Amino acid sequence: MAGIGIRDVVKRYGDTKVIHGVSIDVADGELIVIVGPSGCGKSTLLRMVAGLEDITGGEVSIDGRVVNRLEPKDRNIAMVFQNYALYPHMSVYDNMAYGLKIAGLSKEAIRARVDKAATMLQLQPYLDRKPRQLSGGQRQRVAMGRCIVREPAAFLFDEPLSNLDAKLRVQMRLEIRQLQRSLGTTSLYVTHDQVEAMTLADRLVVMNAGVAEQIDTPMNVYLHPATTFVAGFIGSPAMNFMPGRLGADGRAVTLDTGAPLRALPEPIAGHGEKAVTIGVRPEHLTLVGSEAAELTLRVGVVETLGADTLVHGALLDKGQAVVPVAGEGGEVLAARLPGNVAVREGDTLPLRVVEGALHVFDRETGRRLADV
Amino acid sequence: MVENRPVLTILRHLVLGLGVVIVLFPVWVAFVASTHPQAALMSGAAPLLPGDRLVENYSRLLASGMSQAGGTPVGLMLLNSFIMALLIATGKIAVSLVSAFAIVYFRFPFRMVAFWIIFLTLMLPVEVRILPTFEVIADLGMLNSYAGLTIPLVASATATFLFRQFYLTIPDELAEAARMDGAGPMRFFRDILLPLSRTNIAAIFVIMFLFGWNQYLWPLIVTTDESYTTIVMGIYRMVNVSDEQPQWHLVMATAMLALLPPVVVILVMQRLFVKGLVETEK
Repeated sequence: MAGIGIRDVVKRYGDTKVIHGVSIDVADGELIVIVGPSGCGKSTLLRMVAGLEDITGGEVSIDGRVVNRLEPKDRNIAMVFQNYALYPHMSVYDNMAYGLKIAGLSKEAIRARVDKAATMLQLQPYLDRKPRQLSGGQRQRVAMGRCIVREPAAFLFDEPLSNLDAKLRVQMRLEIRQLQRSLGTTSLYVTHDQVEAMTLADRLVVMNAGVAEQIDTPMNVYLHPATTFVAGFIGSPAMNFMPGRLGADGRAVTLDTGAPLRALPEPIAGHGEKAVTIGVRPEHLTLVGSEAAELTLRVGVVETLGADTLVHGALLDKGQAVVPVAGEGGEVLAARLPGNVAVREGDTLPLRVVEGALHVFDRETGRRLADV
Repeated sequence: MVENRPVLTILRHLVLGLGVVIVLFPVWVAFVASTHPQAALMSGAAPLLPGDRLVENYSRLLASGMSQAGGTPVGLMLLNSFIMALLIATGKIAVSLVSAFAIVYFRFPFRMVAFWIIFLTLMLPVEVRILPTFEVIADLGMLNSYAGLTIPLVASATATFLFRQFYLTIPDELAEAARMDGAGPMRFFRDILLPLSRTNIAAIFVIMFLFGWNQYLWPLIVTTDESYTTIVMGIYRMVNVSDEQPQWHLVMATAMLALLPPVVVILVMQRLFVKGLVETEK
């Protein structure tokens, strides 16, 4: 068992560059999730590791061995595909045994390995069935069984849960996590679903337009997003962004409307008097008395979720004029309030940002200025 | 239609029955004619009920053939036709399976050009290229042989095209999964593509067997030796006897015999054939 090294990997289709030099180090036994919107190059990156796409530039190594020029079968990896890619005419047993058969293992060795994997995945009763006689979750398990029996150095998952319904997805997510933990196999997992990414990952790679924007643990990505893209992509509802300005002392933060926000606990050195984008997560806004308000929200839409109430509305300045905001639903501000708060459309809510929950990004580059 | 009215049901069956009668009537007439002596068919009015010469007519044909038409036994003609149709059908399937595989799964220079050239030949039936093909076969010394009868006909644009379309519906991930499993291209072809193409192969086999069985012009041109006469040629030769009345009872009996093998092939393959033509689920 061993890690995967991805170093400055570039992918170009003709003149179009789709991956602009990504470097990821997957430690031995680690599960890394690559997450991003569709078209960000995450699947392409995975397929380059798998050997299904040529690597234009950079280096991929598995188990300390550079595999750029190796065929997929020589890379000692196994892959779960989005549509499972089970062989429709073969039984579950044959599906799992096929790779081993080609590798030339003895019949007994194949049987032993398949039996072990089938027991682990609770597939024993279905070994003689054809894939079309199985449910989605069972097919998914067979696809994983096919990987497990190979005992590879690494698993690659390409959006393996996106064909399942919501309930099954949650269940399979847990199963994958447990399985990966108990086997301890290094894994790369690609998804566009941020919940999947947050719950599964040891570390998260957030990709956008062929660039790895941030590589960190899920909690760090949530708490300290490196760019406005990451901040907006991880978290639901998405983070609210407002134009603002950092004071000369590096602590005072003022909205462009002139409304001052709570000063930062730690000064951001070297960026005084800078145009910034201020990010606040909806869950970090609390309802306060009007005298303590930093922000005023005129309620547009109320979504009652039971435990929480999501409020979307316009941000108002002192003169009651609407201030442009970039949030999940377009130019509206979102706030996640406790479920017992009664709000109605048209209400004006005085809000305050929770201590230490402000995110400050450079307005030009979109990069984070400091941890606050 | 979910409607279930008795009048409609009767009407439907009437129409269907009428269709069956229209299709089967000529076959019936041919069968009846094949059971009569020659004289019964010369009167101008074709009999509609079977005669008493069934065994006699057929056994004579199978054993010794019609002396006026060269005397080749019909049994031999049937065998020749069967061998030819079988070789053409299997040859066509083998060649087109592999060429479709090449076109769909391999990147090589002029791949699309190759495909379009194959596709264009769809528009050229055997008859159009018959003279140059004859020249080639004659120069290769393949006249009067099964090879000469079949090899020029085994390339099939239709079958290649159909297999290509089928391969295109197989998800790419399947090929990729096989690659990850360590299967080389030929192994993938044998273990995955062939079993999946089973029903398509059956459907195309039936069509191509009929195509081979019904060949007339080509066998007529490349064979002069009586022992390579095929059944379709044979029938025509029997009708065109010189200086004599055509022996319609024997001609009809031969036609009946010529009908049988394709019917058997269709009946045997019918289930797979229909599945192969309509199947979309994988």
